[in-house]
Amino acid sequence: MNNMKKEVDKLVLWLPFIFGVLSVLIDILIPTAQSQSNIDFNYYLFISVIVTVLALILALYSVFNKNAAKRYKDKAPFFAGVIIFVSIINIITGKLALLPVIYFPSNSRVIGAIVEDRILILKCLLYSARLLFVGFLGGTLAGIVTGVGIGFNEKISYWLSPVIRFLGPIPATAWIPLVLICFPSTVSASCFLIGLSVWFPVNVMTSSGIRNIANSMFEVSSTLGANVIYKVFKVGIPAAMPSIFLGIFNGSSSAFVTLMTAEMMGAKYGIGWYVNWEKEMMSYANVYGGLIIIATVFSLLVTLLFKVRDRVLVWQKGMIKW
Amino acid sequence: MVDLGQININNVTKTFVNVNGDITRALTNISLDIKPGSFVSFIGPSGCGKSTLLRLIAGLIKPDSGELILDGNEIGDAGYDRGLVFQNPTLFPWLNVYDNIAFGLRARKIYKENKSLVDEYIDLVGLKGFEKNYPHQLSGGMAQRAAIARALVGHPKVLLMDESLGALDAFTRMNMQDEILKIWKEKSMTVVMVTHDVDEAIYLSDKIVVMSPRPAKIEEIIDVRLSRPRARNNPEFLRLRSEILKVLDFAGHEEEPNYYI
Repeated sequence: MNNMKKEVDKLVLWLPFIFGVLSVLIDILIPTAQSQSNIDFNYYLFISVIVTVLALILALYSVFNKNAAKRYKDKAPFFAGVIIFVSIINIITGKLALLPVIYFPSNSRVIGAIVEDRILILKCLLYSARLLFVGFLGGTLAGIVTGVGIGFNEKISYWLSPVIRFLGPIPATAWIPLVLICFPSTVSASCFLIGLSVWFPVNVMTSSGIRNIANSMFEVSSTLGANVIYKVFKVGIPAAMPSIFLGIFNGSSSAFVTLMTAEMMGAKYGIGWYVNWEKEMMSYANVYGGLIIIATVFSLLVTLLFKVRDRVLVWQKGMIKW
Repeated sequence: MVDLGQININNVTKTFVNVNGDITRALTNISLDIKPGSFVSFIGPSGCGKSTLLRLIAGLIKPDSGELILDGNEIGDAGYDRGLVFQNPTLFPWLNVYDNIAFGLRARKIYKENKSLVDEYIDLVGLKGFEKNYPHQLSGGMAQRAAIARALVGHPKVLLMDESLGALDAFTRMNMQDEILKIWKEKSMTVVMVTHDVDEAIYLSDKIVVMSPRPAKIEEIIDVRLSRPRARNNPEFLRLRSEILKVLDFAGHEEEPNYYI
C-alpha cells in the first residue's frame, strides 16, 4: 500500500512532462484548420517544446534533489493542469475551429501577434508605466498626507471628512468630462485620474488606521519624551501601516481600471489603448496578446506590492495570517 | 541622587464629564507628599481615583484646581522625568525589544551618546538575547519587563506603575516584584504604584495610601516599617494586611463561624 503511494508520488513529478509531450504530439499530428489563416512560424509548437523540455529538466532534477522534489510535487499538478487547459484551447480554436475564427484565433496566432508587435507593445507598456507610476505614487502620497491630517487633527477632519465622504465614492472615471477641460493634456489628465482613484482608498484607510491606534500608545510616547511630530511619524504612521497597505491594495485595483479607461480616451499609446485599437481593427489575436501582457504585468506589479508589504510589515509575521 | 523625585500634591480636585453630561468627582481636595526615593502604593477599590491621581502625576491630564509639584516645579505635560508603565505592556508592535527600549532616547535625540544604556537596561530586566524579538513573540512577563526597561532607560525621577503587574500570573508576578525592588534600590528613584493587591503593596512599599470611593478620598496612609527582603508570612506583614483590609472594609466577620467544613 505504502509502496504504491510512493509510486504515485513519483508519477506526479512527471505529469507536466507527460502532458507536455502529449500537447506537442497533438499539435503536430492534428492538422490546423484551414480557416485559421496560416502563419510562417508555429510559435505555439515552439513554446510547447520549450515548456516540455523544462518539465523534463525539473522532473529529472527532482529525482536527484529531495528538497526540489518536495517543492515541485506541490506545483506539478497545477502546471500539468495549465498545459492541459492550453492544449484544449488549441484543439478547440486552432485544430477544429469550433468557434468563430475571427474572434477566437489559434494559440499560435496569439503568440505570434505578441512576438510580431513586440516593439509597439513595449512602447505601449512604457507609456502606460509612466501614467501608472506618476498617478499611483502621487495618489498614494496624497492619500497618506490627507489621511494623516484627518486622523490627527480635529479641524482638518471637521472640514475635509464630509467633503471626502461625499466626493470619494464617485468613480474616478466619472470625472473624465471635467478633467479633460481642466488639464492641458491627456497625459496629465490621465495621471490625475489614476491618482484620484488611488487617493481615496489610501486616504480612508490611513485616517481610520490612525484613529484606531490605542490612545495609551501615544500616552506612553509622551512620557518617553516624544513631541507631536515624533509621535506622528514614529508612532502614528507605523502603527497605521497595515491599514495603509490595505488602502494601497484597494487603490491598485482601481488604478488599473482607471488606467485602462483613461487610455481609451484619446491616448496616443498605452497598453489599454492597444487593446482597444486592435479590437477596432478586428485583429483579435492582438487583443488577446494585449490582454495576456496586461495580466502578466499587473500580476507582477501586485506581487511586487506584496513583497514590499512583507518587507515593511515584517513585524506582523506570525501575528496575523497573510 | 536620592533627593530627586519629591512629589507634592496640594488640594487637587479633578472631575470628569462624560458624553451624557454626568459629572464624576474623581478626586476632591487631595493632598499628599511623597518623599524622594520612596516607594509608595495607592490601593483601593475601583472608582477611588487612584489611577486618576497617577495620570495627574504623569501629566496626561490636568487638575481642575490645586497643584502638583515635582522637585519644586509644577507638573506640566507628560515628560520623560516621569516614566509610566501600564497594566498592558503597550510596547510598539512594529519595533523589536531593542528599538522599543531605545525609543525614548531616540525621541529625545540623545540615543547616540547613550547607546550603552539600552544594553544595560536590557541586561537589568533580563532580556539579553531577546533584543531582536518583536513584542508578539514575548510572553506577558517578558513584555512587561521590556516596558519597564523602556520607562527606566531615560533615568526618570519617578516611575509610575498603573497596576503594571496586574495582568501577570501569580508566580511571574512575585518574581517581577523582586526585580522591581532590585532595580529601585539600584537606580534610586521614586516609585508610585497603583495596585489592587494588598500583599503586593505591603511587600514593596514604604508607604501605602489607602483610598476609598464616593467621594474619592485618602482614607489612611500606612507606613510599612519592615526591613527588606520581606517575608510574606511575617507577623507584622499579616497585621498590616488585616489593618488595610479593615480600612477597605473587606476584613470580613470576626465572630466564630457556625460550623467548620
